Amino acid sequence: MSLLEIRNLCVDFETVSGSFRAVDGVDLDIRETDILSIVGESGSGKSVSMLAVMGLLPWTAKITADKMEFEGHNLLTISNKARRNIIGRDIAMIFQEPMSSLNPCFTVGFQIAETLKQHLHLDRKARRKRTIELLDLVGIPAPEERIRAFPHQLSGGMCQRIMIAMAIACYPKLLIADEPTTALDVTIQAQIIDLLVNLQNETGMALVLITHDMGVVAETAKRVIVMYAGQQVEQQEVEGLFNSPRHPYTNALLNALPERSLDLDRLPTIEGVVPGAGDRPDGCLFSPRCKFVQDDCRANIPPLKSTGVNALRCFHPVDPGNLGI
Amino acid sequence: MSAAIEGRNLKRYYPVKDRGIFAKSSILKALDGASFSLESGKTLAIVGESGCGKSTLARLATMIEKPTEGNIFISGIDPHANNGAEISRLRQDIQMIFQDPYGSLNPRKKIGTIIEEPIVINRKMPAAERRNLAESMLSKVGLRPEHYDRYPHMFSGGQRQRIAIARALVLKPKILIADEPVSALDISIQAQVLNILMDLQEEMNLALVFISHDLSVVRRIADQIMVMYLGKVVEQGDAKMIFDNPSHPYTQALLGATPAVDPKLRRERVKLTGELPSPLNPPTGCAFHTRCRFVQDKCSTTAPKLEMQFERQVACHFAEIAMKN
Repeated sequence: MSLLEIRNLCVDFETVSGSFRAVDGVDLDIRETDILSIVGESGSGKSVSMLAVMGLLPWTAKITADKMEFEGHNLLTISNKARRNIIGRDIAMIFQEPMSSLNPCFTVGFQIAETLKQHLHLDRKARRKRTIELLDLVGIPAPEERIRAFPHQLSGGMCQRIMIAMAIACYPKLLIADEPTTALDVTIQAQIIDLLVNLQNETGMALVLITHDMGVVAETAKRVIVMYAGQQVEQQEVEGLFNSPRHPYTNALLNALPERSLDLDRLPTIEGVVPGAGDRPDGCLFSPRCKFVQDDCRANIPPLKSTGVNALRCFHPVDPGNLGI
Repeated sequence: MSAAIEGRNLKRYYPVKDRGIFAKSSILKALDGASFSLESGKTLAIVGESGCGKSTLARLATMIEKPTEGNIFISGIDPHANNGAEISRLRQDIQMIFQDPYGSLNPRKKIGTIIEEPIVINRKMPAAERRNLAESMLSKVGLRPEHYDRYPHMFSGGQRQRIAIARALVLKPKILIADEPVSALDISIQAQVLNILMDLQEEMNLALVFISHDLSVVRRIADQIMVMYLGKVVEQGDAKMIFDNPSHPYTQALLGATPAVDPKLRRERVKLTGELPSPLNPPTGCAFHTRCRFVQDKCSTTAPKLEMQFERQVACHFAEIAMKN
């Protein structure tokens, strides 16, 4: 059974110049022990769709969906009170900027214990014990002392470990990590990714990893969703995606990686930019930048066709034999 | 032929005052002895984690700051041995691009004004001629001449970085310092900007100092590479050789931490445990010994010198052992 099931999720933002669709028809199934990665460039709607699940979007956002269910709870109609019982406990989230996600006025021990008090109703002694246990689990040395540290006394990598400790404090069933390593150095990034994957292995929680770093995807994910301009364009198992990308955007994105074109003189690029609010094309959103574009792409929006775990939104998928480099 | 830019044993120390009126000030060695020499048309990449002295080196090379010790030579001339007029003349030969294209362009000035500013300051040129030059620069970086009258907020991150490149190159400098020029950009945009940089480097025969923490980009662009750790150079030499066969344990760890964009290559990484030590209180002996896999007693007492080994400069007592593993 799916842990989280989303059908046709749309998020519109009311702006001065009219409404802007940031997420456009996202379908998602997350099963237990899944590691799903959502990749896309900035503005592709990957964070917004997850924030919609968490109920963390501002009031200017209008969320519509045919279905958005977490373990039988309908997240579209749920009351705020009931939602607060789920998020933070069963669904937890880690954000990009560890330094600014923590409250600078309280010790990290207090901030972790807050979750434990709210959701698990532990007493003071048990909270302290569990907090130390958690800090130890995320690899923070001398946890008895660090429990009294303020965020500014810790490095970025350490703060991200605290965020992870806080997220896994109540044994969540689903952990959403939104670009957890973007602000960190590569060596620390490797440590944090390993920590997340190990925790996922041990606890069996489902992990959603939002990222724009293809390297991180290749190293961690089982399944990958590629997003472009608010739409899901492709979904595949990780190996299939890297070996034979079907959507021209995925293909172009992989070709643009410096590692993949070491013997070429110039890096293959994707001409143009992601369409903004005002310049959305009529047909396929990728058609103005696509190498394989044909007339029907410009006229009609291709539907998202799924076959098993794979899904694709394209009229003329890339032939694996001709990657068009 | 003399080098376009040369640094000899560059050091830069900053005094740091502790809190309290009677507190002694201590010295932060941001850069502790770096030498390099770069010819026209070549690229030197400087890599390392945050706080390793990369940007300090850039500040010395651009003459924004004076080295505490050591000399910098621009086209064979030491600016700090000469008078101020000489410095401002040499500054025209060396330009810089910054990491964050949102912070490096004045939001109240038009693109044209931004690009013309270096000419206004350094040359005497009629307005019409300036405008022609600025427009030709715009088309060189892949923007249109009609963008001349627009403001920075009307452009995306990648376009802004192109504007920054146009501004840096309008005076036809001999040396370009790029401080993490693509790390704030998406992959597809990153490839465009890198291509422009490489094309213009070839066209103008620029000596390019490329500061980055993204090793996949560095591998693509660099001729020489300099790996830094806590203000010291740990390995320096031909880029291809170092990438194929790193000999310093830190370089190996840095390469190992960069995720491979191929799910088949998921591997046991050379993991770096722990975090970067504080540069205010660096470890004794080899600065890296607290995190090194091959650490032995000698490392904590004696600092290794940067020596020619395996056709490159390495600062490690046991580079031979590290090479074999």
